[in-house]
Amino acid sequence: MTDVNSQGSALIRVEHLTKKFGDTLVLDDISEHINEGEKVVIIGPSGSGKSTFLRCLNLLEIPTSGKIWFNDQEITSQNADINKIRCQMGMVFQHFNLFPNKTVRRNITLAPVRTGRMTQEEADQKAMELLQRVGLQDKADDYPASLSGGQKQRIAIVRAMAMNPRVLLFDEPTSALDPEMVGEVLEVMRELAEDGMTMAIVTHEMGFAREVGSRVLFINEGKVQEEGTPEEIFSHPKNPRLQDFLSKVL
Amino acid sequence: MPAWMLKIGNAFYQSFIMADRWKRFLSGLGVSFTVTLGALAIGIVLGVLVAIVRTQHDQQKTGQKPNRLISVLNVICEIYVTVIRGTPMMVQLLIMGLVIFAASRNLIGIAILSLGINSGAYVSEIIRSGIMSIDPGQMEAGRSLGMSYPVVMKEIIIPQAIKNILPALGNELITLFKDTSLVTVIGLADLTKVAIQIQAKTYQAFMPFFGIAAMYLIVVMILTKLLGILERRLRRSDRR
Ligand SMILES: Nc1ncnc2c1ncn2[C@@H]1O[C@H](COP(=O)(O)OP(=O)(O)OP(=O)(O)O)[C@@H](O)[C@H]1O
Ligand SMILES: [Mg+2]
Repeated sequence: MTDVNSQGSALIRVEHLTKKFGDTLVLDDISEHINEGEKVVIIGPSGSGKSTFLRCLNLLEIPTSGKIWFNDQEITSQNADINKIRCQMGMVFQHFNLFPNKTVRRNITLAPVRTGRMTQEEADQKAMELLQRVGLQDKADDYPASLSGGQKQRIAIVRAMAMNPRVLLFDEPTSALDPEMVGEVLEVMRELAEDGMTMAIVTHEMGFAREVGSRVLFINEGKVQEEGTPEEIFSHPKNPRLQDFLSKVL
Repeated sequence: MPAWMLKIGNAFYQSFIMADRWKRFLSGLGVSFTVTLGALAIGIVLGVLVAIVRTQHDQQKTGQKPNRLISVLNVICEIYVTVIRGTPMMVQLLIMGLVIFAASRNLIGIAILSLGINSGAYVSEIIRSGIMSIDPGQMEAGRSLGMSYPVVMKEIIIPQAIKNILPALGNELITLFKDTSLVTVIGLADLTKVAIQIQAKTYQAFMPFFGIAAMYLIVVMILTKLLGILERRLRRSDRR
C-alpha cells in the first residue's frame, strides 16, 4: 500500500510546538514530522508529555503556540475545519473509551454515518469486514460491557479504522490490559503496520517498538531529546537520560 | 348504629358529600397536577440551560483564555442557583404573588412560574451532576472520530447522563408535587386550599386534612411505582 514516492512527504508536520497547562511547560518548542507510511514510536518517562504531544496532533489539546500541518493543511489555523481533519486521523486510547450505550456495531458505524461519510448499509458492511479481520464478527450485536479488555481495544481499533483514516494515533493502547491480552492487541497493530498504515504510537512495549517502529522518539522534559531507528535508540543510546530510562524499562 | 359511627359518618358526609364537596377536592387535585406539570416543564428547560452553561464553564481547558460570554452567563447562573436554593420556597411564593405580580389575578400562572423557577435550580444541579458523571474520555473519543460537539452530546453523553440521573429527577417530580401545597399562601385553590376552605365551612378538621393527606400519599405512591418501572425498562434495554 505504501508507495515509494510518498515515503518522503510529511503527512504531519509540527513546528515549534509549545504546550503549557497553566504555568507548567509540558511541551517545549518541539519540531517534528511524520511521513506517510512511517511508524513513529514515542517513548519516555511518565509525565514527560508523550500523551500531550499525541493529543496536540488531533487538537484534543490546543497548542499554546506553534503550528501543525496535516496533509499540507495548517490545522492550527483559525479557519481549519477540525472535525473534517479528525475524520482522517484515528485515535486509540489507553482506556478504550468505547460507547457503553451502543452495540459494538453501532460503536463502529456511528461516526462514519453521522459525519456523512457512509450510509448505514455501507458502514455496516465495513464494520463486518473489519470485525472479521480482528476475529470478532460474532460480537457485533453485543454491548461493550460484556467484552474483555483485549476485545474492547481491538474493537476500538476497528472503530478508528472504519473512518478510513490516513494516520492512527495510539496512546498506550496496551497499558490498561491484563498481560495475557496484550499480545492480541499488538498482533492487530502489527498487521496494520504491515499493511502500510501510518502510525504514531506511545508505548511502554519496548519489544514491539523495536520490531515495528521505523523511527523512535525519546521525549523527556517536554523535548525530543533523542531520535533514531530502533537499532540506534535501543542498542546505541547516546543521551544519558535515555540510557538511564532504558536501563529502567528494559 | 353506635353514636361514634354516626359521628364519623356525619363528618364524612359534611366534608365530602354535602354540596358536592368531593368535586371541589377533585378540582383542587387538578390544580395541583397542573401546577406540578407546568413547573416541571419550566424547571427542566431552565435546568438544562443552566446545566449546559455551567458544564461548559467548568470544562474550559486550563491554559486557554476563558470565553467572556460563558463566564458572564456562568456568574448569572450561579447567583440564580444560590438565591433559589438559599431561600424558603414559601418566601419565594409570597414575593412572587404579593410583590412582583401583586396586581395580577392569574394565580395559577404565578404558581407555575414560581415553582418552575425554584425547580430549575435543583434540576440544573441534577443534570449537571449527570453530565459530569460521564467519563471525559467519552467526549474525546467521539470528537476524535470527527463528530461535532452537539452530535456527541446527543448520541453519547446525554443518553448515558439521563440514565444516571433518572432516580434523582423522579424524586424532584415527587417533591414538586408535594410542594404545590405551598401555593395556598397566594390564594390559589389547590388541594390543600380546598381542605382549608371546607374546614372553615364545616368546622370539621379531621376528615378534610386526613383526606388530602391520603390523596397526596396515593399520588406519590403511584408516581414512585411508575418511575420504578421506567427505570427498570431503561436498564434492561441496556443489557448490562
Ligand atoms: N489537562 C491537564 N491539566 C493540567 N496538567 C496536565 C493536563 N494533562 C497533562 N498534564 C500534565 O502535563 C504533564 C505531561 O502529561 P502527559 O500526560 O502528556 O505525560 P505522559 O508522558 O503521557 O505520561 P504517562 O506516561 O504517565 O502517560 C504531566 O505533568 C501532567 O501532570
Ligand atoms: Mg500518557
